[in-house]
Parts: sequence; structure tokens; C-alpha cells
Amino acid sequence: MKSFLACVSIIALLLGGIHALAQQKATAQNVPEISYTSAPNFLKIPAGETLGEAVGVATNSKGHVFVYHRSANTRLWEFDKNGVFVKEIGKGYYGFEFAHSVRVDAQDNIWTVDEGTNTVTKFSPEGRFLMVLGRRPPAVDGAVATANGPNPPAQKYIFCRPTDVGWDPQGNIFVSDGYCNNRVVKFDKNGRFLAQAGSEKSGNGPGEFNLPHGLQVDGQGNVWVADRSNNRYQVLDNNLKPKTMYTNLGVGWTVCVSPGPHQYVFASNSNPNGNGPGTWDNTGEIYKLELDGTILGKFGHASKELGGFQVVHMMDCRNPNEIVVGEIESWRVQKLILQPAPAKTSNAR
Amino acid sequence: MKRFLPMLLATTILAGLHATAQNAVPEIAFDSVANPLTLPGDIYLGEVGGVAANSKGEIFVYTRTGHPTVSLGGSRAFVHGGSRLFQFDRAGKFIHEIGQESYGFLFAQQVRIDPQDNIWIVDQMSGYVMKLDPTGHVLMLLGRKPEAVTIPAPAPRGGGGGGRGGALPGAGNASDVFNRPTDVAWDAAGNIFVADGIGNTRVAKFNSKGVFIKSWGSTGTGPGLFGSVLAIAVDAQGNVYAADGGNKRIQVFDNNGTFKTQYTNVGTPTALCITPGPNQFLYSSNSNPPEDIDVAGEIYKMKLDGSLVGKFGRAGKLPKEFGTVNSIDCRSENNLLVGEVGNMRVQKLTLH
Repeated sequence: MKSFLACVSIIALLLGGIHALAQQKATAQNVPEISYTSAPNFLKIPAGETLGEAVGVATNSKGHVFVYHRSANTRLWEFDKNGVFVKEIGKGYYGFEFAHSVRVDAQDNIWTVDEGTNTVTKFSPEGRFLMVLGRRPPAVDGAVATANGPNPPAQKYIFCRPTDVGWDPQGNIFVSDGYCNNRVVKFDKNGRFLAQAGSEKSGNGPGEFNLPHGLQVDGQGNVWVADRSNNRYQVLDNNLKPKTMYTNLGVGWTVCVSPGPHQYVFASNSNPNGNGPGTWDNTGEIYKLELDGTILGKFGHASKELGGFQVVHMMDCRNPNEIVVGEIESWRVQKLILQPAPAKTSNAR
Repeated sequence: MKRFLPMLLATTILAGLHATAQNAVPEIAFDSVANPLTLPGDIYLGEVGGVAANSKGEIFVYTRTGHPTVSLGGSRAFVHGGSRLFQFDRAGKFIHEIGQESYGFLFAQQVRIDPQDNIWIVDQMSGYVMKLDPTGHVLMLLGRKPEAVTIPAPAPRGGGGGGRGGALPGAGNASDVFNRPTDVAWDAAGNIFVADGIGNTRVAKFNSKGVFIKSWGSTGTGPGLFGSVLAIAVDAQGNVYAADGGNKRIQVFDNNGTFKTQYTNVGTPTALCITPGPNQFLYSSNSNPPEDIDVAGEIYKMKLDGSLVGKFGRAGKLPKEFGTVNSIDCRSENNLLVGEVGNMRVQKLTLH
């Protein structure tokens, strides 16, 4: 009995140690802090309305802010650049059930990704329906039983809790899919299937995923994927062949690529849902990178106060010095004004 | 072996002939009118179950939209909402909504307009075939909504992710209770024919007052049997055309359900329509399955005897492409309204 106890405690100690080490290794060290302020009272929510989990946030070329959030129903709201409410889009729309992502393309079309209906929808800049990818499971088939056992085979045009959408400069559509598939899918601009990386099965090899949770495409057509449960970011080429992976940016919740000739990547090591003990110590910050993976700096930390983050779920970085973040657990959207970069500390790695 | 080879050859030749026949169907040139419907800013079409025009050219769209909701009762679960019926003028301008909060609007399947401009609704989930007057008030109901819905226990997965199909719990079979009905049509005398449909595999006939007369068909592949009945149409002589989607054929019956003939060269018939007037044509959509836009999708135009006039369209998301057509209105032979499940839209087509 004694030896058994000792054995258990040694294992526990070892495991604890390994765990702590893994956490330390998960993020880059000596990264310069980028100072920032959170614009106070950024969004003016209409009287009588309440923002829910602000899982999706995006801006268009006019600076209008789109918030796709989970309140009593999943809803999509548009605000102007001063945060004044403009209108609701998609009220009662069949493809809105459980929000996950909203993104605005180069033509200002608004795209929603809904993990409750398994659909990705393209709306015009005015908010009119244009195209849908995927299909909501038909109600006539009855309530969908809780998943049990391995994921069924992935299908070309059907998603399983998709998470995000992006486009390359040619307008091809890329979807991260998702919680019960583990793949990235490429469609042409008319929604026709072209290729996929990964499958319904999770994996941790190159080009395999374990909960691809966020996705954006850079100006070279490379696809950045937040590979959440693998604690990494993966970069795929335009044909979805694996190129690079980054394991020094933490968990890999969501990614944003700024537009323009000099693009930056923002990657969030969001604190986990539920705020487990100790998790605030090594999660919560957002990294700013060059496209080649060089880390320029980081900012933010887990906190329930304004200026801190409560599970950042999506970032908009149209202006790389004004980051709009949507958070799950604080039901809010913050606009962060980043200060000019600090004098480069040469030990930044 | 010697005997076997010629047989094989013959088979090959036959297969070749078959393929040639398919390829020889002429393509019908057509256009899709841009923005055929103008919706108010706060209304979004969902999957279009049905589209139909009345004698004034007004357009009715029965669509799966909003949120199908299960609420938890004391010992059972109840289903609400999920479909809406909209009326537009002949130019496609929104007029109004019909049947808000209706008990029967759960899973839009079809809308048809009879010669008196009454509006008929078929709902696949509530199991109702509803006759509404031209202003939208309920005149007659066939079928009854199951009181509650069964929540299936979790089942092991991994055997394919396709649709589950099958019967709805609590839905009926024999007479005037339907199980996932799909379509309705009338003969010149006003008799009502219901395609019943996916949960059942039969055609039910009622008189104009809704009295059940008879029913024919069950699951099978022989004449008069069905894999599923996805759509129905009746010609001026009272013959009944049933889209046997499960067996990839259209079966033709006389007015009393006696099998006459079948057409097997139009893929999976999913939506049917017969033009009015003395020289009638039949349109049939070989709709793609909702989970794939790389197969099928074309619509066939044929004579009532089954000879093909031509075909048009293919599966896809662009204008002039189709995403699982579930409804065709052909009140005007060369100006069709097409309702799509996969693309959540109505297209207005002009055939040349």
C-alpha cells in the first residue's frame, strides 16, 4: 500500500511538472509588450437590447462594425464607425442558430458562419442574402441526438459545426470545419468544392487538425489556421498543402491578417472557457507577427475588467493599430488602440 | 463462354444506346430573370419548399425559415414554427405574410394554387394538406399534426452522414392521416390527390369535400409501388403523374389509380408540373441531393406521353443553376417559377 501511494504521488508530481513545462514551452519568451488602451463605451447598444456572447466581430471598408452574437437568439448587428447602431441583419434567417464567426470580404460582403445550422452564408453589403454553403439539418428529421462515437465521414458540401471563413485574392472560399469535422475546405467563388485538408478525423500531423477554430488567408493566398486543440497555428498553401506550423503562440483560438501591402498577423492565445485555476497565468495575450512568423510583440491578458480579455473569440485587424475584439465570457466587444511599437528590443524572439 | 460473349456485347451495345439517348436530349436555351422577388428588409427566405402563381400572376412562396423550436412539455416535447408563407404581386413585390403563427407551419414542403385561386399548403412535418381561400383563411384541413415529437436516443454514429428519412413518430398511414406528405393536385372534377410521400409511399384520393375515397401504392419497385412519392400532377384527362423518386421514375395512373405506364429517363423526379391549356407539357426536375452540387440538377420538359422535348440547367449556386429544386410552377409554359431548397431562392425562368 505504501509503495502504491508513493508511486501515485511520484506520477502525480511528474505529470504536474510536465504539464507546467508544456505550458511554459507553449509560448515564446521575451516578447515585447505592446501598450494599448480600450476605447471606452465603444458600441452603443440600443435601449432594451443586450449583447450576448460576442463570438463574431468584423469591420467593413467604411469602418462599420458587424457583431454576430449569441443572445436569446443568434443575431447579427451592424454599427457605424462611431459605434452607433445601424440595423439588424438576418432577423429570423434560417441559417442563424448558434453564431460562430462573421467576416467581411474585400467587396464588403458580409459572411456568417453558424455552427448551429452548419451553414456559411454570404450577405450583400446591405445585408441581403446572396449565397449559402452547407445545409441546416432538416427539422423534419427530428431533434439531432447527442453525438456518440466517431465522426461520420466528411461530405464535400456539408459541414459539421464549421468555425470560420476566409478568401484568397481570387475570391476562392476557405472554410474551417470545425468541431466535428477536422478539416479545411476550399471552394471556388461560386461555392463549388475544390479541395480539403484533413478529414472528419482529428490528427496532429502536418495538414491534420484537431478543432480548426479560426482561419484567414493572406495576400499570397496562404491559409492561416488556428488549430486549437493541437495548441498551434498551421499555415497551408493555396492548395491546402501544409507549409509551416507555429507552436509558440499558445492555444490557437483565432487569427486575423491585416490588409494592405505590409500585412501583419494577429493570433490569440485566449484563456479557456470556464477560467480553470491557474489558466490566467499563461493565457489571454494576443501576438502580432510578420507573415514569416517573426513575433513583433504581444498585448493583453486574461481579466474580467475592461482592457483585459475574457476568452477572445474573434479579432478584426483591418487597421493593424485598432484591433476590435469580441469576447465570449464577458459579452462585450472592445476596440483596442495599440500604441506605436516600442523601441525594438533586440532579444525579441 | 462463346454464348456469353455475344450477350456481353449486346449488353454493351444496349448501354451505349441508352447513353446516346441521354445525350441526344436537346438543350433548351433559357434565362433567369434577375431579382424576381423583392423582400422587405427584415424578411429572409429560407429553403424554398414551394412556389406557385395564381390566376393574377401573384406569387406564393412557402419557405423553411425562422427557427424550428422544440419546447419541453411535462412529459413530451412539442414542435413549433420553422416555416412561413409569403405573397408577392406579379412583379415580385412583397404583399404580405399569410398564416403567421399557424399550428401547421413546421417544415415547408409545397404550395399549389387551384383553378379557383385557393392556396394549398403541404407541410412535411405537421402532415397537413391545408386549403386556404385566396385571402389566406383556412377552408379545409386534411391530415393532423402529431401531438408531440420523439427525441431519439443517441445512436452510435459512423455509418454515413446522410439524411435519415423514414417515418415521423405518431404520424398515420391508412386513410386521411399522412406521413411526410409532399404534394397535392386536383382533377377537373375537383378530386384531391395527395402524394404521401416519404414516411408513407402512396397516393391518396379525396373528393372535393375532403372525403377519403381511396389510396394506392406501398413500398416496392413494381408497377404501382413506390420508393417514395415526391411530387404529383394531374392532366386535363384526370391521369395522375406520380414522381417515384426512390425508383427514379414517373409513374402514370388513371384517375382511379390503375397503373398505365412509367417514364424512366428523367433521373430522380423531385418536382413536377403540368402546363394548362389544350396542348399540355410535363416538367420534371432531376434535382441534385442537397449535399452535392456536382451531380444532376437539370429540368426536363416532356410531352404527356413521356417523349422528351428538351432539358435545361444543372446543379450549382449561380443564376441558371439549381440547388435541389423542390417546386416548379408552369402556369405559363415558357415562364417558369422554380423554388430551390439548397439555394434558398426562387428563380423566374424564361425558356427560349
